[in-house]
Order: sequence, then C-alpha cells, then structure tokens
Amino acid sequence: MSPQNHQHAPLHLADEGDAAAALAEAEAGQNRFEEIIAEDSRVEPRDWMPESYRKSLVRQVSQHAHSEIIGMQPEGNWISRAPSLKRKAILMAKVQDEAGHGLYLYSAAETLGRPREEMYDQLYTGKAKYSSIFNYPARTWADIGAIGWLVDGAAIVNQVPLCRASYGPYGRAMVRICKEESFHQRQGWEILHSLSHGTQAQHQMAQEAVDRFYGPALQMFGPPDGDSPNSQQSMEWKIKRFTNDELRQRFVDMLVPQVEALGLTLPDPELKWNEERGHYDFGDLDWDEFFAVIKGNGPLSRQRLEHYRKARDEGAWVREAAVAYANRASRNEDHDQAALIGA
Amino acid sequence: MTSSADSSSWPLWEVFIRSSRGLSHVHAGSLHAPDATMAIRNARDLYTRRNEGTSVWVVPAAAIMASDPDSKGAYFESAQGKSYRHATYYTQSEGVKHL
Repeated sequence: MSPQNHQHAPLHLADEGDAAAALAEAEAGQNRFEEIIAEDSRVEPRDWMPESYRKSLVRQVSQHAHSEIIGMQPEGNWISRAPSLKRKAILMAKVQDEAGHGLYLYSAAETLGRPREEMYDQLYTGKAKYSSIFNYPARTWADIGAIGWLVDGAAIVNQVPLCRASYGPYGRAMVRICKEESFHQRQGWEILHSLSHGTQAQHQMAQEAVDRFYGPALQMFGPPDGDSPNSQQSMEWKIKRFTNDELRQRFVDMLVPQVEALGLTLPDPELKWNEERGHYDFGDLDWDEFFAVIKGNGPLSRQRLEHYRKARDEGAWVREAAVAYANRASRNEDHDQAALIGA
Repeated sequence: MTSSADSSSWPLWEVFIRSSRGLSHVHAGSLHAPDATMAIRNARDLYTRRNEGTSVWVVPAAAIMASDPDSKGAYFESAQGKSYRHATYYTQSEGVKHL
C-alpha cells in the first residue's frame, strides 16, 4: 500500500554504532533483493532495494507516465474532426484510457517515494523526457489509424514483457494497461482498413500515414542494443526482459502480415524474409533524426509542452476550488462534532 | 503554477473494487482526490471504465496500517512447520470415502 511505501527511511547516522547497524541492514537488504531477483519473485514498495534500482525505475516509470499524458495530444486534436459520431466516441474512449494509463503509472512511481507534484513539475518545466513519437504531428485522419496500429502496436510489444517487471506495482500497472491497449491497436488498424478499401484518395492517405509513422514507431523500442547503455543493467534487474533490437525484430515480424491484410506496404525497400534467421531483415533507421527529436528538436516538441502547461495553468482554479470546498466541508464537520459534544 | 492547489497536495486514497456480487473488494490502485466524494468519482472513472466493478471503496492511504516488511520471516513464522493444520497431513484415511 502506498502511504507507508513512501518511507524509504533516509539514514540519519547519529554515531558509529548506527553506521555499523545501517551497513549491516543494507547488506542484508542487498542479499534479500538479489534473492528476490534470482528467484524471479517481485520487489514490493517497502522492501529494501538498491538506490540505483529505485532511481532507474523512477526514471522509467515516470517517463512512461509522461508519455501517456503527452500522448493524448496528437489524438485529442482529432476528436472534434473525427469523421463520424462512432469514430468520435471511440477516440474519446481511447484518449480517456491514455489519461488513465498515465495515472496508473504515476501511482506506481509514487510508491518509489517520488512525490506526484515533483513529477508533474518536471514535465511542466521540460526537465522530464517522454517518448519522442508524440512530438510528431497527426496530419490527417489516417494518421490516427497509423498511430493506433503502429504506435500502440509498438507500445504493446514493449509493454507485454513489462507485465513481468521485477517491481510489483509497475508490473501490475502494465497488466491493466496492456488489457486496454489492445483495443487501441485494433481500432487503428480498422481505420486504416476502411481507408485502404475506400476511394483511391483514401487509400493513398492511408499509405502516406503508414509511410510517415513506420520509422518513428520502430524507433520507439529505443536505440540499437550497442547504443543503449542502460539496457544491460535493466535486464539484470529483470525490469526489461528483452533487448531493444529483439523487440524491434518481433514487431517487424508481426507487421508484415498485418500490412498485407491492409492492402498497404511498409516503406522499406530492404524489407525481406530471411529464411536462415527465420525473421524479416529490414533497413537502417534514421537515428540522427531520433536523437535530434529526443533532444527536443522534434516537429512539435515545443507545442506539446506549451499545450501541457496551458492545460495545467487553466485547470488550476478547479483544483483550488476543490481544495477550498474540501477544507470548508471538513471545518463544518468539526464544528458539528463540537456542537454535538457540547450538547 | 500554484503548487498549494496542486492535485498532489490532495490526499492519497487507496481504491478497492468489487468486481461482482459475491466477491470481496480487491485493491485496484490509488489516486489523489480532495475529499471522499471526489475520490469515489475519480475511482469510478479511473478503475471501472470497462465494467470492472459493481462497488467501489476508497480509503485514505494514511489510515492504513501495515506489517513491517523487514520482520517478514519472523512475523509469519508461527504458520510454518505446522503442516497438521492442513487436511493433506492426515493420510490414514486414504481410500475411505467422504473423508
């Protein structure tokens, strides 16, 4: 449970006896932690854990939460322009899910001792990172289809193994998220399927959306294994279960039959079946662009952050009013209680 | 940004959901809300978007007492080594019906 979870007591060392005791405690904790990881059990919030494990998790889980929150923007932008009432209702449900996913993940990060407010502030000030995919614009309705099929598809491939992450609250949040995410992917695929089987112009719109999102979606798994310094440690801790390249390969192998069923193509001339490997070979991705987007030079990096700040600022009065109301109600309650006791 | 009214200064609530009649409420997660009424509403929106629940409880997280995780072994030890508390401990009755 969360409240006590937050107390990962900082060590106040009064004297050397305390220091020795703290050292012994840390050693016992480290042993127990290693046992838990070795037997593929789960670390829970109040367990002792290495500071580096905690830090690494806070970074990953909070970035994941931020991605869900910012991820509402490209799609939210299309709610008012969805082509039918049904599509609008579906899109609203999806965007609401993303908000929910962000909240599950913030809760999980909070159990590691990171206050919610601090995470919000880090996103607000631009200090926090989020998935660079959301810095690309959704130019057409077909992009909403491509985002669902490719972006949510990549997210699922990434997230299914995270359901078994060694940190309990993160794994549990991921279980909920994965259940909901599969609707996101299917609805995206269906948007593309409708367009691809529509007029020539609609078909072309669908193809162009796939062309735009294919590369960035493949990059959602992160840099190639050789350039991913945190991966190894994360796998030893059993937070990650597969490398970036393994997951990317798995995703490409899944996409090929799916794009065929859509009647569309993937924009990679080097894509072909490799009998020997039992996998599809695919061409290099534009990693210079990827790192440029990560550094904040994505097409919409600035706008995404500005929009987040605006929403936060404009909602401040609502949060203030809710606090004022709660405070007044509890004062009245105290007053009633006092009157009752007095009588 | 007015941090005094930031939602994180709202207390933390733990959410329990009863998925259908006849089952217990089970811990679903947590959320921040200014008061119990809002906590219940937010819990409904956050944790029951797909018919997951027929009833919701919210509990101020600060009101929950928990056992000490460090004393795990010792604290639950008395249940260990008492296999006679389980029916499978008793083997003489094997083959005898309805026992």
